[in-house]
This record gives sequence, structure tokens and C-alpha cells, in this order.
Amino acid sequence: MKMDQRRMPIYQALENLKTKRIVPFDVPGHKRGKGNPDLTNFLGEKCLAVDVNSMKPLDNLCHPTSVIKEAEELIADAFGAASAFLMVGGTTSSVQTMILASCKPGDKIILPRNVHRSVINALVLGGATPIYVNPQYNEELGLALGMNVDDIKKTIDAHSDAKAIFVNNPTYYGICSNLKEIINYAHSKNILVLADEAHGTHLYFHNALPGAAIKLGADMAAVSMHKSGGSLTQSSVLLLGKQVEQSYVRQIINLTQTTSGSYLLLSSLDISRKNLALNGSNIFSKVINMTEYARQEINNIGGYYAFSKELINSDSVYDFDQTKLIVNTLGIGLTGHEVYDYMRDEYDIQIEFGDLGNILAYISVGDRHLDLERLVGALAEIKRRHQKSRIFMPPFAGYMNPEVILSPQKAFYSKKESVKLEESIGKVSGEYLMCYPPGIPIISPGELISKDIVETIKYEKSIGAQITGTQDMNVNYINIIKEVL
Amino acid sequence: MSLHLWYTEEHSKNVRFSIKVSEHLFSGVSEFQKIDVFDSIEFGRFLTIDGLMMLTEKDEFIYHETIVHTPMAVHPDPKNILVIGAGDGGVIRELTRYDIVENIDLVEIDEMVIEASKKYLPQTACKFDDQRVNVYIQDGLKYVRTKNNEYDLIIVDSTDPIGPGEGLFTREFYGNCFKALKDDGIMVNQHESPFYNDTKLAMQRAHKRIKESFPIAKVYQAHIPTYPSGYWLFGFASKNYDPIEDINKSKWSKLGLTTKYYNLDLHIGSFALPNYVKELLNQNE
Ligand SMILES: Cc1ncc(COP(=O)(O)O)c(C=O)c1O
Repeated sequence: MKMDQRRMPIYQALENLKTKRIVPFDVPGHKRGKGNPDLTNFLGEKCLAVDVNSMKPLDNLCHPTSVIKEAEELIADAFGAASAFLMVGGTTSSVQTMILASCKPGDKIILPRNVHRSVINALVLGGATPIYVNPQYNEELGLALGMNVDDIKKTIDAHSDAKAIFVNNPTYYGICSNLKEIINYAHSKNILVLADEAHGTHLYFHNALPGAAIKLGADMAAVSMHKSGGSLTQSSVLLLGKQVEQSYVRQIINLTQTTSGSYLLLSSLDISRKNLALNGSNIFSKVINMTEYARQEINNIGGYYAFSKELINSDSVYDFDQTKLIVNTLGIGLTGHEVYDYMRDEYDIQIEFGDLGNILAYISVGDRHLDLERLVGALAEIKRRHQKSRIFMPPFAGYMNPEVILSPQKAFYSKKESVKLEESIGKVSGEYLMCYPPGIPIISPGELISKDIVETIKYEKSIGAQITGTQDMNVNYINIIKEVL
Repeated sequence: MSLHLWYTEEHSKNVRFSIKVSEHLFSGVSEFQKIDVFDSIEFGRFLTIDGLMMLTEKDEFIYHETIVHTPMAVHPDPKNILVIGAGDGGVIRELTRYDIVENIDLVEIDEMVIEASKKYLPQTACKFDDQRVNVYIQDGLKYVRTKNNEYDLIIVDSTDPIGPGEGLFTREFYGNCFKALKDDGIMVNQHESPFYNDTKLAMQRAHKRIKESFPIAKVYQAHIPTYPSGYWLFGFASKNYDPIEDINKSKWSKLGLTTKYYNLDLHIGSFALPNYVKELLNQNE
């Protein structure tokens, strides 16, 4: 970091504005809250006073030249990126920008199948064609892992005309692929590397954590400051590497970005960036310590398995983000969904999610040791009161090489009809269908439905796997493409 | 020392309770809370935590006798006892009067409470050197989590459910206590007051949570002049002893303990609750 990271230009501009007592004859119409007393009561005067429109001293998010520009430069400096954008449409907007900026309609993009929906939606928006790589899968834990480097190399070799490769760094479950290798290989073929770091803000600020994408040489990274970075919900950051043309990315952002970017969100990014740059290392040391403590205590209860770096295997789990507290619950005979419900309904503890085999408790600098004791105490009680015999995960039938007939965009805009599953063989799917977990689509919109796929779906249903995605909740029917428009 | 120093506590947003202070003896900030000891003409010395009254020398006997002798008169054989909180030593002072007690584990999260009490409140902190007493400086919730089928009696002498006492009002804590108790174990706890709104909600929630973990969950009361509203509740939860049916009056009388507040008639009467309290306890949150 070369710049003075104590600076907070947007925050400072808003503070200055407050002292000037300017009479507002511009939007927003609540006029610093005076026009909406109920809202002001609820959110507070301080908050409404800085909910203002862009104006000369506050710069303009669409074409930043002063304080927003400086705030973006400070972010780039703090994260070690060539440039950065403040984003106000969630990390969804950062993800979509990365994809729209690197792929024109018809271009190929390589991606794992366990991507966030915002990624597929970006393909619908921009018309890129997905080339999927299978993430590995840990059957015992019911957990989707990272991608094999060999699989990626093979895919790149088979699709050397691809424009970009998309990587989760890390996944929701804290698992990292060998990003450095992927970047080296992709760059040797002139393919851009896009990283979804919705769960990776903290990687930039602590040495003991897995490598951060931009620092490893990725071309773009979508970073959810509002998750581990502490900014307000819906704020996000897009980082660029040296090779990417900033002005073109700005154009792409402005295609869909609001012209009334919220200064609440922008200032929260500014203030959070300062905090991360100055205190990030301490903050995440604390989080790591708390998580390690909780993990140890949970593993001492017995039956639960709070996994960590021991999963690392130099390939599909190249690294693990130890700030993630994920607990496998199958050993006490309960699904993650069940434990999630018990925690909330009986113990007043809200955790991030539960899936078939795991729960994730999100630990941050806002947590206290007392609260960790409650979490561990509740898990001990749930085991004592509800334990059953161990659940064995149904073997995931595995991944079938999908045959992409139509791009997700074409499939989205096509006319569809609902047919019986058995009658869909040889047709093009109009919707998703996935087993949850691992949450990897068995079929995606625009892909050919093969006999194998129908068999797989039937098998998964027969062993009681939870199948989601189709309009028909019972998955007896599936939407197919009737007519391509 | 100013001649007009008053300690004032807000019993509710709109009600204040003040004691004229003759001397501010101790003030300390621990990792968890702010601890003060004052001296006063009316109440003698008193201990406050985060500006809330914990005990005064003048009325602490009511609290400590109520929380200790009530379960001790019911349990036929209380040998191994766990005390959570109670760093002021008052609960231990009462417990050590029983020869039948073989072991007392006291778990207090904040060492400073014990240290300040030993120095400034010898009236309660007078039995820490009894050989049967073991002190653990630890989070109570964490301590009970690892215990199984060990204790005859658990006494939860907690602060209010805001701050470090929070975990001691949760379902996971009560469940862990259930597990830490033997098959005929009893748990009693400081149960807040039904009178003002804030403590009323905490009191209702505690009762709901205890009922979920123990087959027998009763509530009893005492008059404590320096606590908000002066009217305070205690919880009596157990695996099979009923606090009234299973009381062994003659056995307790034979012990010949002299008490200032507690007696066997009061024991029975303390479980007879006013209608508004009964109603609050029956309401689900
Ligand atoms: C992996 C991943 N990518 C992108 C997103 C989108 O982020 P946002 O909700 O901020 O738009 C999420 C959100 O949960 C996510 O988990």
C-alpha cells in the first residue's frame, strides 16, 4: 500500500457538506429526512442527512473525477489492484460486469458448475456460451470442492477460443482451487481469469489466509465488501488487474448501473476500506482465533465434524479459508437443515445456512466469545436431545459432460413446454435441475437431455435426494425448448 | 469525599432509586464489566456491576438464604454442588454451613468480582478458603457443557441477561445444566422480577426456557428491598423433587441452622404466587 489509507474522501466530502448547511432544492425529496419523519425516526437523522444526490463536491459515480475517483484509487491500492470500482448493485453487479466485459454474445466462458446464480444470469444478459468444468465432490461430507487443474487444462485445450475462465475464490464453503496454476495456464492461452470473491474480501488482508485473486494475477475480481469487509448490504467492489482496460469496464458498468448511487453505500465502502487497510490483519487474526477455538470445541463434543485445513489435498482443495466455520452434522444423524432449524427455533441462534450435510456459522469481528459459547452449547444440546444414527450421503451419481445446444440466453428467450421426464430425452432443457447438495446442476437451460441424465434424475429421486430447480416441485415434468425464437 | 454523593440506579426508564453514599471504596473495569463497591449509612457496603445493584450488606441475607436453603431443604442428599456466578461469596457462605456438603465448585467468569469482594465485602466473601470450595474462573456455559451426571444441586446466581450473564438465560445453558445434574438433581436460579417491563420479559423467557429442559419448573419469590421493585423471583427446576411435596421439614429443622429470613413456613409460602405473576408465567412469549 503506497497511499495514505487513513484518508476517507467520500466520508470527508459528506462531512463537509453537512457543515455547509446548504438548502436543498434537489432530489432526494425527503430533504435530509425532514419530509419523511417516520423514516427519519426509524433510520436516524444522521443517516438521512447523508442520503443525498450526487453533486459537484460529492463527485459522480458514473464518471468519477474527484472524491469517488480517489476512493476507488484507495481501494485499488489497499487490495493491490491496478484499478477498482465502487459498486452499488451488490456483488451481482460486479460479477455481471466481469462477464459482460470479457465476453461478447457467442463467446465462450469456462466455469465450474457450482457458480452463483448471478453468473448464469450474466450469461443470459450477455449471450456468452458456458463451457462447464466439473468441481470435485467429497462424498463423505456431501461437499462440492474446487476444480482439478488437469480438468481445467484439458477444457482450455479443447476450447482455446474461450475468452474467460471464471473461478470461485473461495467457494461458499471456504474451498480454493489452485488459482495460481489456473491463471498461469489461462494467461498462456490469452484467456482472462475472473474471480468470484463474494466470500473472499478478507483474503486480501491476512497472510495466513489463502491467496487473493488479484494478488495472484487474476484479471478481475468481484469482492463482497458487505460480507467479511463490514460495509453495508448491497455495496461491493470490482477489482481489475493490469491487463484490463478500465474505461471499457466503466462503460459496461454504466449499461446497467443506477445514476443515483447511494452515498450511504459509497461512504460505507470508503470507511470499511480504511478499516480493513489499517486494521485488517488484526481483525482477521481475531476471527481466525475465534473460529479455531469454536472448531476445536465443536469437535470435542463428538459426532460433529468442523473441518479445516486437513482437507487440503494440493488439488481440488488447494487451500481452505479457516475463517469459515462449517460443521458436518451427518455424524449425529441430523441433516444440516435440521440443525439449522433447531438452532433458530429452539436456541434463538441464526446461522448462515444448513444444507443436507453441513451448517455454516458466519464468524466475524462483531462476534464475542460469549456468543461462541452459546453456539457450541447449543450444538452440544442438539446432539444430546436429538442425536440419531449416522447418515450416509447418497453417492452423488456424478457429473455428466453436458452438451450445450443453446446459450443460456437463447434458451431463456425460447418458447418452452412442459413434458413428462421420460419424454424429454433428446430435447433441449428449458430449465435447471440440480441435486442439493452438492448444488451442481445435472442439467442447465440450453443443454441436451440425454437418456443418462433422465436415468440419473430418477436414481437421485429414488434414493431421496433433494432435487430442486424445476417448476414442477415433484420433478415429474420438465420444461423443454419448444421453439427457438 | 463529597458529602452529597448519591448512587442512583434507574429501575425503569422513569423510576430512580438512590442511596446516599458515604464512601466510594472501589472502582475497576474488568474484561467484562465495571465493578464498584460503595459504603453507605443505610445499607452498609454495596456492590454494583455496570451500575446495577448486586448486593448490599443490609439485605443480602434475604437473597442468599432464599436461593440456598430452599433447595437444600428439599434435596435429601446434596453432596456435590455447582455454583455459577456468585463471585461475592454469599451463596458459598450459606452452603458451607451444611456438613453434608462435600464439594462446592464455584464458576465465576470475572475474577475481579471475587477479588473485589474478598477485599471489600468480607461479610459475604468469608468462606472462599473453606476446603470444600473450588473456584474456576470460566464462562459458566462452557463449564457445564463438559459435565455429565455430576452434581446434586446447581445454583445459578447470575447477573441480568444483558452482558456477561446473557448466556446463563438461554435454553442451551439450562439444557447443559440438566445434563450436568444427577438423576435427582435440582437447579435454582436468580429469576428476575415480574414487575417492570425489562425484567418481566427476561423472567418470562427464562421460565419458558427452563420448562423446556426440566420436567419440574416452579417459581418462588422473596422481598429484596434494593432490587428493582423490591420484589424478586427465583426458579426451582428439578428432575423429580417437588419443592413443596418433597421438603423434609424435620430433617432440616434438626440441622439447627439459624437463619434471618428463611424458615419452613416461608419456604411453602414463597411458592404461592400472586395472580399477575402466575398469568405472566403461563403466557407464552
Ligand atoms: C458466490 C457468490 N457470488 C456472488 C454473489 C452475489 O452477491 P450479492 O448478493 O452481493 O449480489 C453471492 C451472494 O451470496 C455469492 O455467494
